[in-house]
Amino acid sequence: MGKRVSGAAVALMSPVAFAQNQVNMSPGVTEIGADIFELHMLIMWICVVIGVAVFAVMFYSIYAHRKSKGHQASQFHESTKVEVAWTVVPFLILIAMAVPATSTLLEVYDNDEAELDILITGYQWKWRYEYLDESGEPVAFFSNLATSQEEIYNTERKGDNYLLEVDEPLVIPTNTKVRFLITANDVIHSWWVPEIAVKRDAIPGFINEAWTRVTEEGIYRGQCTELCGAYHGFMPVEVHAVSRPEFDAWMAAKRGAAVAETQLAMQTLTVDDLMDRGKAVYDSACLACHGAAGQGGIGNAIAGSAVVMGDLGNHMAVVSKGVSGTAMQAFGGQLNDVEMAAVLTYQRNAFGNNTGDVVQPGDIAGMNNG
Amino acid sequence: MGDHHHGPAQGISRWLFTTNHKDIGTMYLWFSFAMFLLGGFFAMVIRAELFQPGMQLVEPLFFNQMTTLHGLVMVFGAIMPSFVGLANWLIPMMIGAPDMALPRMNNWSFWILPPAFLMLASTLFMEGGAPAFGWTFYAPLSTTYAAPSVTFFIFAIHILGVSSIMGSINIIATVMNMRAPGMTYMKMPLFVWTWLITAFLLVAVMPVLAGAVTMMLMDIHFGTSFFSAAGGGDPVLFQHIFWFFGHPEVYIIILPAFGVVSQIIPAFSRKPLFGYASMVYATASIAFLSFIVWAHHMYTVGMPVAGELFFMYATMLIAVPTGVKVFNWISTMWRGALSFETPMLFCIGFLILFTLGGFTGLMLSIAPADFQYHDTYFVVAHFHYVMVAGAVFSMTAAVYYWLPKWCGRMYNEAMGKTHFWISFIGFNITFFPQHFVGLAGMPRRIPDYALQFADFNMMSSIGAFIYGASQLLFLYNVIATIVAGKPVSDEKVWDGAEGLEWTVPTPAPYHTFEEPPLVPKPAGTI
Ligand code: HEC
Ligand code: HEM
Ligand SMILES: [Cu+2]
Ligand SMILES: [Cu+2]
Repeated sequence: MGKRVSGAAVALMSPVAFAQNQVNMSPGVTEIGADIFELHMLIMWICVVIGVAVFAVMFYSIYAHRKSKGHQASQFHESTKVEVAWTVVPFLILIAMAVPATSTLLEVYDNDEAELDILITGYQWKWRYEYLDESGEPVAFFSNLATSQEEIYNTERKGDNYLLEVDEPLVIPTNTKVRFLITANDVIHSWWVPEIAVKRDAIPGFINEAWTRVTEEGIYRGQCTELCGAYHGFMPVEVHAVSRPEFDAWMAAKRGAAVAETQLAMQTLTVDDLMDRGKAVYDSACLACHGAAGQGGIGNAIAGSAVVMGDLGNHMAVVSKGVSGTAMQAFGGQLNDVEMAAVLTYQRNAFGNNTGDVVQPGDIAGMNNG
Repeated sequence: MGDHHHGPAQGISRWLFTTNHKDIGTMYLWFSFAMFLLGGFFAMVIRAELFQPGMQLVEPLFFNQMTTLHGLVMVFGAIMPSFVGLANWLIPMMIGAPDMALPRMNNWSFWILPPAFLMLASTLFMEGGAPAFGWTFYAPLSTTYAAPSVTFFIFAIHILGVSSIMGSINIIATVMNMRAPGMTYMKMPLFVWTWLITAFLLVAVMPVLAGAVTMMLMDIHFGTSFFSAAGGGDPVLFQHIFWFFGHPEVYIIILPAFGVVSQIIPAFSRKPLFGYASMVYATASIAFLSFIVWAHHMYTVGMPVAGELFFMYATMLIAVPTGVKVFNWISTMWRGALSFETPMLFCIGFLILFTLGGFTGLMLSIAPADFQYHDTYFVVAHFHYVMVAGAVFSMTAAVYYWLPKWCGRMYNEAMGKTHFWISFIGFNITFFPQHFVGLAGMPRRIPDYALQFADFNMMSSIGAFIYGASQLLFLYNVIATIVAGKPVSDEKVWDGAEGLEWTVPTPAPYHTFEEPPLVPKPAGTI
């Protein structure tokens, strides 16, 4: 790990274990997934049988009716009987396919009586999960790609879950009907986890519904499947399905952390603490566009930026309100006061900016009100 | 025949000002081949980046520009103009007309194409880069979130649309008005029939595409919110409009290919086409159905279940007339006297691979299963089986088949067959494994992928390089034929070929059928 080797060498060294070379859909870990899988296999086999029959006739003809073998062409060119037959028979086969397809579709659309609702919001290029549960402190968080730039750019060895790992996965209880309410903040994304058989477009301004009931504990990985801009390939989904008690414990811990975070916002933090937190926020939320060394990319450079080194109020306005008409989003609703203070402090002191300014969570609240 | 024709003008003005259907056909064909190479080059960039996991050659944003331009150039620059070129060359010769009905418009509809593509390609050099939102350009990625070059893209699409509409009107006018006496509709060669129907599809849906891009333009520059929920619009509306154009568009691409195959298979089976009338009806029903299935591209947008069911049933129905066509072609071969020159090989390749693409199409039409297939490499495999092995293979067959008639020289058969086998094998190495990675969960339009997809992707890339290289062999063969091929002078270059185009001298003179011909036995009967 961490050893620097060239891209080609990394590729050659990738353990064989990764090369599972799965060739078929997975039945997954839900009843609907299994139904879809069966439907897929049924239709595929019907196609295979028809294909074999049709191609057999064709290859026989290619073999037996060759001119080089002296075969004389007959001149028949129509037959109402066979033509009617090969219109009607396929039609009947289609009806046979439509029956199970319809019943599976109706199941997919049965969104009623969910025991847990989760709001999923697509952002360029990360997911936000919010547990919609009236009781207690709300729990919401972003889920970013956890694979490092070094792995992507081949200077570090790629891990087992390359591009399919996130910093904070979605956690759901097993054997529970979970309903997803899916939307987006900017462009259209699509939330997909093959093994739980849910794929729904996340559309800004609209809320789509989907549901699942996972029967087996485990980690299930997926990706965004609707082109959503430059880093569309880099916004995976990771779902941890855990038992109900484990889920409740996780939920309680999350709530506790949310309370602690709220309290933290009222304290004065040390510069080191702010810088550490700021780096974490920067790496997960800003790095994709502003670069690991603040050198810029899709966004402009942070190192030496006049905005960053200038008036704090303006700097914060850019970060919290975004720059309309550009890829710079409004982070105000995405970062809490601690994170905002930390990332501002970090930007003002990292990458050689060295302004020496320290922004405290309390300042953020002050500026927001002022 | 030996009247005094005025021949072509000399030099560049021959091509700039020509109103001759053969010259215009030739220009369309060369232009589309150039676009095929350009689009192919973009594809090579894509496959080179996907050769291994990790980012190696290009940046993600540039990768998206490549996939976008690849799709746009192939669909609008390579496939569509190539069939218009074929229509120009062949329709007048097949129905016994001296030229297209509207020759000056014909010149114009070709000559606005090169500037449009020049403009599209120039976006690569603009600030913010070329369009990077996929050939389906879903809003709001293509509006609020697009690079400034999107405006040039919109303009280019408008010009392409105008060109297509003019071309179609010309074809409709020619077929309806210029048939030789005795050439009744049900005697027309199938290629003419499929093009007539395609032309109606084009006239119907190109304006819809123009509407979609105009609405984008308004959203981008004039403050409207057609596709922005924040202003009361709806991003899904864009998809409905796009696919109302887009699904018929895929049939616009494949119907003329059906026509080509329906000409060539009988010729090398030495037997009339089986079920001529049912072929015409099947084509017409496919065209009709293509208008009511568009939302099968949108099963995951969250349509009400009733809509989902309607579009699923309608889409499944398309398999019936498509099946009829395949059965008819095979029955045409049945008990014929088959020989396997290059055009026939490409048609048989078409038959096998297009049928595979049809099967995956049927699988995709099953809405619940499509929740798993949608926007994965499975879809990429499907549409390359129908568009490359369908449209491009049939176009290649057409070039080999009619080239001797066009230039009076025979291509090199051994090289042609080699081209076929390399293409066929390269194509399958490229696209067959994409079914697997798609089913295993690899999304489309991503510049980098998880490690379990590595082997099949490497295979795909190798296949793509092979397939790409085989096209250079094709180019060489065609040029070598035109320059120094073995001269042929038989009117009927192929002993089994039927139709009026085989009654004129070889090479086809600059002007044909200035006097209407006597229409021989009807197409499709003995
Ligand atoms: C999706 C890409 C993207 C992400 C993610 C992003 N930015 Fe930006 N950022 C931009 C762009 C583009 C600009 C330039 C806007 C303009 O044209 O004025 C910008 C500009 C800025 C500026 C002004 C710099 C200057 O010199 O004008 C600051 C400060 C900034 N971003 C901070 C952040 C912070 C903090 C984060 C993370 C919380 C972040 N950005 C995340 C794209 C991004
Ligand atoms: C039996 C006939 C066919 C059926 C039932 C069928 C069905 C489908 C379906 C359901 C999809 C959507 C898949 C998805 O995105 O999830 C699709 C995609 C596609 N099909 Fe077909 N298809 C058929 C034939 C064709 C033909 C003849 C062509 C073109 C020559 C074609 C070209 C395409 C293209 C280009 C796409 C992908 C568009 C995109 O998203 O970029 N199909 N097809
Ligand atoms: Cu995406
Ligand atoms: Cu379609």
